[in-house]
Amino acid sequence: MSGLITNNMSTLVANSLFQQLTATFQELEASNESSAVKSIRQDAFARFQELGFPTVKNEDWKYTNIHNLVNKTYLLNEDVDVANLDFDAADIPGLDAHRIVLVNGQYVLAFSSLEDEIGLTVKSIEDAQDEVNFQKHFAQHADKTDSAMVALNTALHTSGVYISVAKNKVVSKPLHIVHVATGGKDFFAQTRNLIVVEPNAEIEIVESYITAANSASNLNNKVTEIVAEENAKIQHYYLQLAAESGHYINHTEVYQEKHSLYNNYNCTFPGPAFVRNDINIRLDAEQVESHLYGINLLNKKQFVDNHTIVDHMKPHCESYEWYKNIPQEEATAVFNGKIFVREDAQKTNAFQQNNNMLIGEKSTVFTKPQLEIFADDVKCSHGCTMGQFDDEALFYLRARGIGEDSARILLVHAFAFDVTSKFSNDTIKHYVEELVARGLES
Amino acid sequence: MLSIKNLHASVEDKQILKGLNLEIKAGEVHAIMGPNGAGKSTLGNVLAGRDTYEVTGGQVLLDGVDLLDLSPEDRAREGLFLAFQYPVEIPGVSNINFLKTAVNDIREYKGLPPMEAKEFLQTVKDKQKLVEFSANLANRSLNEGFSGGEKKRNEIFQLAMLNPKLAILDETDSGLDIDALRIVSNGVNQLRSENNAFVVITHYQRLLDYIVPDFVHVLYDGRIVKSGPKELALELEEKGYDWLKELDTQNA
Repeated sequence: MSGLITNNMSTLVANSLFQQLTATFQELEASNESSAVKSIRQDAFARFQELGFPTVKNEDWKYTNIHNLVNKTYLLNEDVDVANLDFDAADIPGLDAHRIVLVNGQYVLAFSSLEDEIGLTVKSIEDAQDEVNFQKHFAQHADKTDSAMVALNTALHTSGVYISVAKNKVVSKPLHIVHVATGGKDFFAQTRNLIVVEPNAEIEIVESYITAANSASNLNNKVTEIVAEENAKIQHYYLQLAAESGHYINHTEVYQEKHSLYNNYNCTFPGPAFVRNDINIRLDAEQVESHLYGINLLNKKQFVDNHTIVDHMKPHCESYEWYKNIPQEEATAVFNGKIFVREDAQKTNAFQQNNNMLIGEKSTVFTKPQLEIFADDVKCSHGCTMGQFDDEALFYLRARGIGEDSARILLVHAFAFDVTSKFSNDTIKHYVEELVARGLES
Repeated sequence: MLSIKNLHASVEDKQILKGLNLEIKAGEVHAIMGPNGAGKSTLGNVLAGRDTYEVTGGQVLLDGVDLLDLSPEDRAREGLFLAFQYPVEIPGVSNINFLKTAVNDIREYKGLPPMEAKEFLQTVKDKQKLVEFSANLANRSLNEGFSGGEKKRNEIFQLAMLNPKLAILDETDSGLDIDALRIVSNGVNQLRSENNAFVVITHYQRLLDYIVPDFVHVLYDGRIVKSGPKELALELEEKGYDWLKELDTQNA
């Protein structure tokens, strides 16, 4: 009986945000976008209307209740005062990088420092509609999933960034994308990114999420589609550093072609109250390699959910996934790792590991490895551990004169080591180790 | 240097140490022997500050500083060192980083600046040579994948690096073959000086052939029931511990 009431309430609640979004959608109808994009938006909105916001009845959202996040109204598409914004919080000491800044999801050219590099194209997504790679790939990958949040983003995204790396181009330095949340009133932002890396091209992308001082509560629904064409190589870092007012639903859909490599390093630190990441990798050709690494160091009542799909569609591919969660205080971490090995995907080599170190008596972890294997000649392994501080190790370190705080930091570094040691970029590795130390002290 | 007076300690409400007294002066080596369950390892752990042991009475002074009031790290910084019976493997913590942190935390406690990187590495090299511990430590995690003997040698190497006033060797000979025993003992003998002292906890007289003690104490049922010169160890080897039961009753 109570279930029925909840259900009624959530329908009512969703309707109020629905109405806000529907009004916005009608405004967009009148925009001067290409008819192709308009039609994509219309289809997506129809899908979203049909699906509605996900509820805990949806298996993929079982532990992740967004009821309270959508049970309110937000400012949509508000122009923000960007005059006094600073991005110091996103600085990575010693990292020489191109910088792109998005404020509440809007690409702000003025803050971006992007020297011309032949073969690297960076534009706002709304200005990229004439690009060949846009026309070929926009909404062709993420929208194949049945995600309501992707459908909503496709229908109503307001801005975002388009990145294309031309054939054979090796981008000279990392591209640092800084996502800043700011504003005095609660707002909802939808960013849409498309990254296409052509054959033999290489790029390293670092995305930092930060919050301006005194920012109101914000909900961000971001979708990034990534295409790695033949023999392309992509290193991709997520550094989630937003403040408690930040709530993020991020969907990353990666499509990989022959001989390509995609590595994702997904790090969340004390701060944002709510994070849900979906990272899906489609290995749709032979000899593809993908690595997914995650470190989530949380505190207070943070809730961070990482859902990943590694989809082996063709033979002779390799995937390697390792996530470490360290929830402190009353934080909750969710990990769901799906690995599909399709019937065609013989000689697949897939590895998955999830280790959890619970610090704090009220911290929680929900973890679920999910392997679905339809081929018979494959090597797949997965493992999952739950643990706490090793008191023996802690005493050993302290008995050598190492202070308790330093000893704890050493042990958490040690726990994270399997992941941090895999970072392709040493500067970012040291930065992340520093953030781990800071995250333990705070 | 170390003065233990009427020390009582329990673990999970079971009384283990029942009024232990021991005086150790600088430059001395004391061996503590005794049957299983007498409280030998408890003594080492209580002195080092392991929190599973509860001190229920008594006093421990290291050069006048009351150790029982201090955290394990401050005891180490005051100059106490426990060589573990079972050194812990800590994957992901590098030997070098661990040592550097320990050395510099101790220096900071003493008001000294951190050791220069070059000096530190030179010290590592020198001390490794001194205690004949040639394992390549640079890219290896603390004790990870070390054999039993290597772990014990690493304890002695750490001892050499941290240069404590008082070192307690808790059954350092257990699990060592004769060659490893000789190397570990040589290391300890190299480190002996008139400014430091050693407490060697062992089951067997064998170790004391290599590390020759000034005094031998017999720990039985939580108390030292007999003390004597190094020859006492030979007597124990010969007669076992059974005859001590009477001694214990007499004392009580």
